[in-house]
Amino acid sequence: MRFRQAVWDEPLLFEKRSNEVDPPKPGLVPPALERAELDLPNLPEWEVVRHFTRLSEMTFGIDSGFYPLGSCTMKFNPKVNEELAALPQVARVHPEQDVSTVQGALQILYELQQTLAAIGGMDAVTLQPAAGAQGEFTGLLMARAYHQDRGDGERNEVLLPDTAHGTNFASAGMLGFRVVEVPSKEGQVDLAALRKAAGPHTLALMLTNPNTLGIFESRVLDIADIVHDAGGLLYYDGANFNAILGKTNPGRMGFDMLHFNLHKTFTTPHGGGGPGVGPVGVTKALEPYLPVPQVAFDGARYSLDYARPKSIGKVRAWYGNFALLVRAYAYILGQGSDGLAWVTERAVLNANYLKKRLESHMDVPFPGLRKHEFVASGSGLRERGLRTMDLAKRLMDHGFHPPTVYFPHLIDEAFMVEPTETESKETLDAFADAVGAILKEDPDVVRTAPHNTAVSRVDEVLAAREPILSWRMWRRKKGG
Amino acid sequence: MSWEEDEMLRALGAPDVAALFADIPAAVRVDGLDLPRGLAEPDVVSRVTSILRRNRMGEEMPTFLGAGLYDHFVPASVRAITARSEFYSSYTPYQAELSQGILQALFEYQSIVCELTGMDAANTSMYDGSTALGEAALMAARITGKREIVVPRALHWDRRQVLENYGRGPGLRIREVPFDRRTGTLDLAALRESVTEETAAVYVENPNFFGIFDDRVDEIREIARGLLVVGANPLSLAVARPPGDYGADIVVGEGQPLGNAVAFGGPLLGVFACREEHIRKMPGRVIGMTRDADGRRAFCMTMQSREQHIRREKAMSNICTNETLLAVASAAYGAILGGNGLRRLAERNVERARELAARIAGIAGFAAPAFHAEHFNEFVVRTARPYVEIHGALLRAGVHGGVSLEPHFPEVGHAALFATTEVHRLEDHDRLVAALEAAA
Repeated sequence: MRFRQAVWDEPLLFEKRSNEVDPPKPGLVPPALERAELDLPNLPEWEVVRHFTRLSEMTFGIDSGFYPLGSCTMKFNPKVNEELAALPQVARVHPEQDVSTVQGALQILYELQQTLAAIGGMDAVTLQPAAGAQGEFTGLLMARAYHQDRGDGERNEVLLPDTAHGTNFASAGMLGFRVVEVPSKEGQVDLAALRKAAGPHTLALMLTNPNTLGIFESRVLDIADIVHDAGGLLYYDGANFNAILGKTNPGRMGFDMLHFNLHKTFTTPHGGGGPGVGPVGVTKALEPYLPVPQVAFDGARYSLDYARPKSIGKVRAWYGNFALLVRAYAYILGQGSDGLAWVTERAVLNANYLKKRLESHMDVPFPGLRKHEFVASGSGLRERGLRTMDLAKRLMDHGFHPPTVYFPHLIDEAFMVEPTETESKETLDAFADAVGAILKEDPDVVRTAPHNTAVSRVDEVLAAREPILSWRMWRRKKGG
Repeated sequence: MSWEEDEMLRALGAPDVAALFADIPAAVRVDGLDLPRGLAEPDVVSRVTSILRRNRMGEEMPTFLGAGLYDHFVPASVRAITARSEFYSSYTPYQAELSQGILQALFEYQSIVCELTGMDAANTSMYDGSTALGEAALMAARITGKREIVVPRALHWDRRQVLENYGRGPGLRIREVPFDRRTGTLDLAALRESVTEETAAVYVENPNFFGIFDDRVDEIREIARGLLVVGANPLSLAVARPPGDYGADIVVGEGQPLGNAVAFGGPLLGVFACREEHIRKMPGRVIGMTRDADGRRAFCMTMQSREQHIRREKAMSNICTNETLLAVASAAYGAILGGNGLRRLAERNVERARELAARIAGIAGFAAPAFHAEHFNEFVVRTARPYVEIHGALLRAGVHGGVSLEPHFPEVGHAALFATTEVHRLEDHDRLVAALEAAA
């Protein structure tokens, strides 16, 4: 496929010719606190709109093309959800409003709490966490509160398989817990190693299932038993929920807690890196520790329940990313049980089909079925002096966003592909063909790729060695 | 089953889709989801809008709430920019070459934040103002190796609770500094007593939770030990000295007022900026300027070795997904208003608050502003009888009053925090004043 991204030599806002600066009005701020200068550009509105339109043309979104980032679930975001979230009844409602004036908002939150609990096989859900990683943080805080409440407060170890997401490690680290890494065997958690790792210090095991190799941990009930027998809790990282809708759920698999990534499974857009939403579901035993408030319903009125003495309190201000929760609510309404079941079936079909197609070009470690994603290895590229990163960069020239690369770490030169359900066979074939074609290309062309994007290969080493993080730092640096 | 699904199954040698789930053991299987069947798009729209119609909001009910989030007018151009699906439907720009546009927009956001705050570097966002504070406390502890965070008593209760939770890992201790009962500002004598050898950071807000500008900033810097962390409404910085001017090491704040909706409290925008000497200890995603292979200017995510996907449990923070699109909105908003527009807007907010306070002060039974100080766009109103009674009367009159302070700051007496912005027309102030007069 031929592809050329727009190229604009678009200056920084600060480099555009600015109108003159108006003088400040005196007497509005205490004299000792008055601001003398405000060095921000003053531009006509049309210039600003054109500026950002050009920048958008040098950005690749899911509407631009195939975006098979592993573990990111880049699927089509229904446009109707954007319209609903932009309504003034969403945008202009203040979170400190009297509950009598926000019954609509609370109804949506309440019903979403219930729906997500049903989808997750859990008993209760908080919608507060702002993203998956904050869901993990929330879950671990609750696990700690739960153990402390039982007089078992010495538990400080979080067990993580070697395939776990980086955020799992960081969330545990942020709370001061010790991370115990559990190796995998044949692409699944090594039960013998887990038995050794689990013990009286185990706070929780965090697991995503299917794991980041796209392999379903088929002995998940044994895993649950081992951790529970040691007195620990099981936390389900919901990043890969797109693989299991209507087929299984974390409650059924023996988990005590989970987070959803509504910006993955439930299509609230990624926004170039956020906002997300990371609701957390729990079983009865953990319900008392949920953050405050929970949205409650007495059959007539919705309310905010703060009377929860064992609650961990708050992990962010107010109730959650409401405008995104509205989108997820609308998505679930539109899909329903039939649509969501199709989502998973098609996502898994697409992943297995693309895996099969790519196997003729690349090594895919571990045989057998995958769920929503798979990880190939670019190690075979080495004999041509290339690396996975080169393949990734060259894919851009074909109009594809590259997959996730160099994760998970246990696969050499990892190339992690998640096609999602909203791709046609034609696109999957074109992607596989592009990989095949690139592997036959002149290695120099691949090594110097991309060639058709707004800029050529970006020097990330220079960026890290001599950080320029703002217009001020840049001006200082060039002595301006 | 569509033809393409059929073809794919055939290529896999699978008889049906069910065969692709053979690896899920029967013991954990469920038979579908216990939800209603899906609705067509028009039905989704009518269901969701009919529920949302039960919300009342600023458009028909003048609302004087602030306490960290402010309903400002957002120019249509801002939404037009963030509605570009290249921006809203892209992922984190890990692949810089394909993402130059959003990377530049985020660099510009960082630059605008730096100009407003007087800092050298900013990240592309934390979740909200409260988690930005939590992260600042953790960063101060990392830099100083100390464990005590000194915070004002005049602090939003959510922010305080979030700070406590963020501090649980390293076991941060929080010391509270009361406010002066007359001026509502930080009690500096008490601040002096609160800082110790163990102080990792002193956190102050300016304007503070009561909307008050504190001009004793140089004195505060002198008293503070450890890092000085300043929380500010970024819009107020269009008229107030940048905290970098008075020695702040880190500036945090809620960025919602810069072009984003209040949206029932989310998504929000955690502003986070710091001095250059601290950048390697900063949490979150950062965009840097660099070159491409042909020597042209380019942008990319940088210093990623601080982040969770590289540093894992030793990362500066666990944050991955953040609030990028809101940062893009703030960059667009800052650019559309420009320095002049932001300043005029901030000035108008001060003027509106003064006008409103003076009118409320003229009603028997109300004192406004309750504290003798200069304010930005909100102020405390003290009432002769319990505020909750007045609040109910206002609601019945179709006006939403301020946030009651009684549950959180009993020492202030019967009182509420009222905010006003440029979205309020003169008639809105009239309605509030009339409703207060009737309620007095």
